[in-house]
Amino acid sequence: MKEHETLEQRLHEQGVSRRSFLKFCAAMATMMALPPGSATAIAAVLAKVKRPSVIWLSFQECTGCTESLTRSHSPTLESLIFDMVSLDYHHTLQAASGHAAEQAREDAMKEFHGQYLLLVDGSIPLKDGGVYSTIAGRTNLDMLQEAAEGAAAIVAVGSCAAFGGLPNAQPNPTGAVAVSDIIKDKPIINISGCPPIPAVITGVLAHYLTFGALPALDDQGRPKAFYGETIHDRCYRRPFYDQGKFAKTFDDEGARNGWCLYELGCKGPTTHNACATTKWNGGAGFPIEAGHGCLGCSEPKFWDVGSFYTPLPAPAADVTAFAQAAALAGAAAAVVLSTADRAKQRRAQRTRQKLTVSDLKGE
Amino acid sequence: MSLDDISIKVATDLNSIGSVDALLNEIATRLARFIDTDETSMIDLKSLPFSPDEYEGLRTALGRGEASARLETIGDSELYETHYPGVWWVTHYNVEGDVIADLIEIAAVPAILHSQPEDVRDGLERLQHTLSQNK
Repeated sequence: MKEHETLEQRLHEQGVSRRSFLKFCAAMATMMALPPGSATAIAAVLAKVKRPSVIWLSFQECTGCTESLTRSHSPTLESLIFDMVSLDYHHTLQAASGHAAEQAREDAMKEFHGQYLLLVDGSIPLKDGGVYSTIAGRTNLDMLQEAAEGAAAIVAVGSCAAFGGLPNAQPNPTGAVAVSDIIKDKPIINISGCPPIPAVITGVLAHYLTFGALPALDDQGRPKAFYGETIHDRCYRRPFYDQGKFAKTFDDEGARNGWCLYELGCKGPTTHNACATTKWNGGAGFPIEAGHGCLGCSEPKFWDVGSFYTPLPAPAADVTAFAQAAALAGAAAAVVLSTADRAKQRRAQRTRQKLTVSDLKGE
Repeated sequence: MSLDDISIKVATDLNSIGSVDALLNEIATRLARFIDTDETSMIDLKSLPFSPDEYEGLRTALGRGEASARLETIGDSELYETHYPGVWWVTHYNVEGDVIADLIEIAAVPAILHSQPEDVRDGLERLQHTLSQNK
């Protein structure tokens, strides 16, 4: 296996200019919700990192997460796979098949033991000895435990790997569980969603490469940069909620005027994801922009919390109070940030020093 | 049958939400700081929850100025100075034509337009190589 070179060497060999690379980093900064001026600092670090080995295991899943990633527009899949990481095993995307494919996985696990990133999509069935999903005659449980042992970190891609997802829905016939239910001794980052936003998958990888560590996570193990706020808080229809203007059916005047879909069952107020700002399909829109409420697909048990069309149980007044409390909590968090690293960032800006990755880390 | 007979109507009051005005105020503040201290800055438009109408509203409000430029690198990039000198609208596209970054940049010239030292050195090497072949 070829020794893993730096991204800079790789890009230089391909005749990619520094300016192109800066543009790529500007897209990264946008994606990772970092200050847009930090592209230069990101470029300086990314250029020097060695491309990590990535092993991607697909378990009890529909391949929707891989479909999502292969439609990732920033950066392109090509640049992600060939430039940012060395994707050493992915049974849907790799050219090798059969024994050669399994050999590639074993080689990568041995050579990069303790260093590779393990990406997992799909839940893991435990019932009846795990017979409901096997690869090359081995159960998902067996393969996950083996691959997790030498992984630096695990990324659970999609709601199935993160929370059990659809296979875990009542009555859960296969005994499906999440990665975090099995692996307890490795850092796990959950990128939930059905499927997750492709840019979030690539953004987390870019963050890992830039900072050499996993990003800050919320109580569900999800990166705060993307899951820190609810769909509702960032929704362009939010002002209508505050004004009490609701669509009551999908074809009434409120719906035509683009009013809030809360009463039509929108799960935006309880769903943490970046759809409202990152959007889908190359930025074309997101479900609420198309006139349909949020299904809440990035939250645990989203299949089992009632109809997609039943309004959230709490009366509107309570939700408003909750939203205000959340907004206050958010404001408090922002204050803490501003007293720490933000202050330093501002100082750096005032004295016109260059922003470095350490500043972004808050060191 | 006239247009009025069609029950669907275009919402025209979205701008009243006030996002455009808020952003224009932010731009004004940053522009004043740029004049005082030379501090350049960027605003990431993709991080802001705009409705399609508001986004167009912002485009109209900022208008187009005298200068524009285009990069052809891993997809196109469009850069133009708005009606307000020092306020640039920078949009990066990938090879498929999707927007990968959409920025307002407060600067005399957007940073990415500058030739990068690494590229300049590479270019000089190529030029010297060409000259040595012509001998």
